[in-house]
Amino acid sequence: MSRYIQNFLKFRPLLSELVSRDIKIKYRRSVLGVLWTLLNPLLMMIILSVVFSNLFKFDVENFPLYLLSGQIVFNFYSESTSSAMSAITGNAALIKKVYVPKYLFVISRVFSSFINLMASFTALLLVMMAMRSELHWTVMLSPIPLMLLVLFSLGVGMILSAVTVKFRDIMHLYSVFLTALTYLTPVIYPMSILPGWLYKIVMLNPLTNILMMFRDVMINNMVFSIGQLIVAVVETVVFLIIGFYVFYRNQDQFILNI
Amino acid sequence: MEKELIIKVDHVSMKFNLASEKFDSLKEYIIKSLKKQVSYNEFWALKDVSFEVYRGESLGLIGLNGSGKSTMLKTIAGVLKPTKGSVSVFGTVAPLIELGAGFDFDLTARENIFLNGALLGYSREMMNSYYDEIVEFSELQNFMDVPVKNFSSGMVSRLAFAIATIGTPDIMIVDEVLSVGDFRFQQKCEARIRSMMDRGTTILFVSHSIEQVESICNKVVWLDHGVLKRFGDAEPICSEYKNS
Repeated sequence: MSRYIQNFLKFRPLLSELVSRDIKIKYRRSVLGVLWTLLNPLLMMIILSVVFSNLFKFDVENFPLYLLSGQIVFNFYSESTSSAMSAITGNAALIKKVYVPKYLFVISRVFSSFINLMASFTALLLVMMAMRSELHWTVMLSPIPLMLLVLFSLGVGMILSAVTVKFRDIMHLYSVFLTALTYLTPVIYPMSILPGWLYKIVMLNPLTNILMMFRDVMINNMVFSIGQLIVAVVETVVFLIIGFYVFYRNQDQFILNI
Repeated sequence: MEKELIIKVDHVSMKFNLASEKFDSLKEYIIKSLKKQVSYNEFWALKDVSFEVYRGESLGLIGLNGSGKSTMLKTIAGVLKPTKGSVSVFGTVAPLIELGAGFDFDLTARENIFLNGALLGYSREMMNSYYDEIVEFSELQNFMDVPVKNFSSGMVSRLAFAIATIGTPDIMIVDEVLSVGDFRFQQKCEARIRSMMDRGTTILFVSHSIEQVESICNKVVWLDHGVLKRFGDAEPICSEYKNS
């Protein structure tokens, strides 16, 4: 065990280099540079809130914020898992030549998305202020669901990246799956419009629970229940364990398949 | 003086499943396993190779193309895990396999120095302290803020060589890299390798130039189609190799 920790510590600088590379390359040669990480979600949110305060109205108080908070959570999940999925295949050239702990590539992808998540979160706060919606003290609790979300996505990303090495089909399949998942997560609609059987299915989606926790503290001025928290923690831990296990079992085979 | 074991290659065999039977898709895999067609076209790149290297020695690997030299180096570097047998390495390994492998061509040379250093497991502070040395050795003072994609291949390998040879790693892997750059730079690289050897670094050296192997290495492993043909002192084996 200590060998693993030592190895991780030795390569920890690599993690920050990889993350900063992702960010740098994304905004290279743009005038506003890194500012785009914040500006991008902010502009998107402004458009969405203008559209949705006038268009569709579900019976939800402050619908734009409902939608935006849902989007933050879901977009992070979809961005981080799909980029983590190609972490191993995308870095094939490196993995074939230099010894590096391979899980670092997956973690770095999830981390880069996490930075975008932080930016969108800031943008959401700005939008909330602009809309004169009240910021409650419960916002201070928002890191809890967000952390669970990041770890959950990391677990899923580990599984996906390991499986993708062997079966490239997963990449195409997963994008379809993500589209289905968008509608199985209450991003755009309130839970109350769902018929009973569908409600159960949507509740089975681990993202639903995390999203509801996030919304409670962000816009509903409520603290999530202990039950919700326990379910989320258990789901996260289970996916993390499966993720690392699958990854660990397969990592020596990666090089033969990339 | 008691000689200190630094690399132990113990009955290593390495099997590859040839690409002809590789399946990338789930559908193919299921169909083929149902039909029981998942047969592999096996290829043994290394067959039961064993040798030992002691600290301070320098080992040359010789053999024709496809004899398993690079596979051997990759198992020592930890990139490949042997199918059978084991490789034990007692010390830090600095790989110099195919220069520039760790570069991101969109980043500038300066950024790549830190990225590449991190790939080798060096911290930012350490890279900062070696930074000037790297710039000076690679002779790229005026190009540090240029994206590497605009570099010539010679410039890339100069930079990569300068990064890979910082510090005093216990083991240094040099795979066909002295053939890059102009004559003067080649000499500079060779001098650098020698000074690392003087400081106690063990060199693993692969080259098709038997003269280079002869001049740098004192031990030689001769691989032939994945089989260890000879292992021992450099001189007799090199002359036998030349005559074969």
